[in-house]
Amino acid sequence: MNFKNRDVISIHDFSKQELLFILKASKSMEKKPNPNLLNGKILATLFFEPSTRTRLSFVSAMEQLGGKAIGFANASITSVKKGETLWDTMKMVENYADVIAIRHPLEGSARLAAEASSKPVINAGDGANQHPTQTMLDLYTIQKAKGKLENLHIGMLGDLKYGRTVHSLTTALSHFNPTFYFIAPEALQMPQSYLDELKEKRIKFFIESNLLKVSKKLDILYATRIQKERFPDPIEYEKYRGIYKLDTSLLPHIKKELKIMHPLPRVDEIDKSLDKTEHALYFQQAANGVHVRKALLGLVLGKIR
Amino acid sequence: MTKKEQSVSAIKEGTVIDHIPSDSTFKVVEILNLEGHRNIISIGTNLESKRMGKKGIVKVGGKSLTKEEVDKIALVAPNATVNIIKDYDVRKKLHVAVPDELENIIKCSNPNCITNNEKTDTKFYVVKKEPLKVKCHYCERLMEKEDIKLV
Repeated sequence: MNFKNRDVISIHDFSKQELLFILKASKSMEKKPNPNLLNGKILATLFFEPSTRTRLSFVSAMEQLGGKAIGFANASITSVKKGETLWDTMKMVENYADVIAIRHPLEGSARLAAEASSKPVINAGDGANQHPTQTMLDLYTIQKAKGKLENLHIGMLGDLKYGRTVHSLTTALSHFNPTFYFIAPEALQMPQSYLDELKEKRIKFFIESNLLKVSKKLDILYATRIQKERFPDPIEYEKYRGIYKLDTSLLPHIKKELKIMHPLPRVDEIDKSLDKTEHALYFQQAANGVHVRKALLGLVLGKIR
Repeated sequence: MTKKEQSVSAIKEGTVIDHIPSDSTFKVVEILNLEGHRNIISIGTNLESKRMGKKGIVKVGGKSLTKEEVDKIALVAPNATVNIIKDYDVRKKLHVAVPDELENIIKCSNPNCITNNEKTDTKFYVVKKEPLKVKCHYCERLMEKEDIKLV
C-alpha cells in the first residue's frame, strides 16, 4: 500500500484495508521511535481556527520524527485578514513545506486546499464536516484497548446531531460489524442520513435517551461535549448541558471491561472521579493522537511503506 | 407530433423540450437563458398529457442545447425529452438523464460550505437519481431535490 503524496481529507476516502494499514503503522510508531525518519522535512500547520490539542499533537509528531514545523494558530494575524483566498494561501505555502495540516471553520475547505496544493494536505478539522485523524486515533484507541475492532457494542453519548467526531467514527466503525447505541435527547439524536446509511449497510443500531437502559451492553462508551456554540438559543443549551454526567454512580450499571472515551475537551460530561478507574480511556486516547499522526506524516511523505 | 403539442406553434429549426412537469416549465425556460434570443420561442404549460396528466413544452427556434443545459434540465425535469427539429421534422429525439457528477451546475445549500464563501467551481456526486439526492464534493453534505438551486 502506497500513501505517498496522498491527502487525508475525509474518512470516506479510506477503505477498511487502508484504515487497518494506518493502524498498523501507528502501532509500529508507538513501539519504535524513529527520530530521523523525517529529517529535513517541514510540516506547515495552518490553523485558521484555534485548537490546542490537535495542533500541538501534529507539531510534536513531526518533531519526534526529526522534522520541523512552521505555521500559525490564529488566522487574524495572517494575510487572510487582508482578504487572501484559501486557494492563494495554499499556493504560497506549498512552496515552504513538504506536508500541510489545515484546520478551517468552513466545511469543504480542506478538500479545496488539497486541490490547490501539490503537497499532501491533512485535514485537521473543517467546520462541522470531518476530522479524519481524530477518527483514526479513536479507532487505534479502541483496537489497542479491546484487542479488536470487530463485533463491538458501541455507545455514542451526548450531542450526536452536531458532533462530527461521532459521525466520522460511526462511518469508520461500520467496516467492523458493530452494534451501535445512540444515546441522546431527541433534539440531539443522530441525523437521519447516518441512520439511513447504517440501514443500507445492515448494521444494528438502537436509539435511546436513557443511558442506564443500555449501559450494561456496552464495550465502549464514547461521550461527547454538548457544544454551546452550536445552539442558537442559550436557554436551549442550558436545557441540555449536563444532561449526561458520568460519574461513579454509573459503575454498578456497566460491564467491568467497559472503556469510556471522549475526544476532549470535556466540560462536565465526565466527572474526575472516573479518571482513576480502569474505565477511563480518554487521556490515553489523546496520547494516541501523536502515534497516529506520526504514522500519517511518515506515510504521506513516502517514508513508511 | 400529437395534436396537443401543436397547440404550441411548431418551429422550423431548433429544439423542442417536451414532457416537462408543469411546475418546472419556467425553470426550464430560465435554464435556457433566452433573454435576448431573437428566434421564435413558444412556451406551453398545463397542457393535457396522457402520461403525465399535465405537462409543459418549450420550443426554441435556432437553438441547440449545450451539455450543461441538458444536465440542468435533467435536474428539474428528469423525464423530459429533447427533440432536435430540422424542416419541421424531428431529426433526433433524446431522453435527458441525470449525470453521475454535476460540475458547476448547482449550488451547495450549506451556507458554511467553502464553495459559498470562496469563488470556486462546485461539484456534486449523484447519490440517488429518483428522488434526486446529491452529495457535495467539498463539504460532503447531502442535498435533496427541494434544496437544489441551480448555479
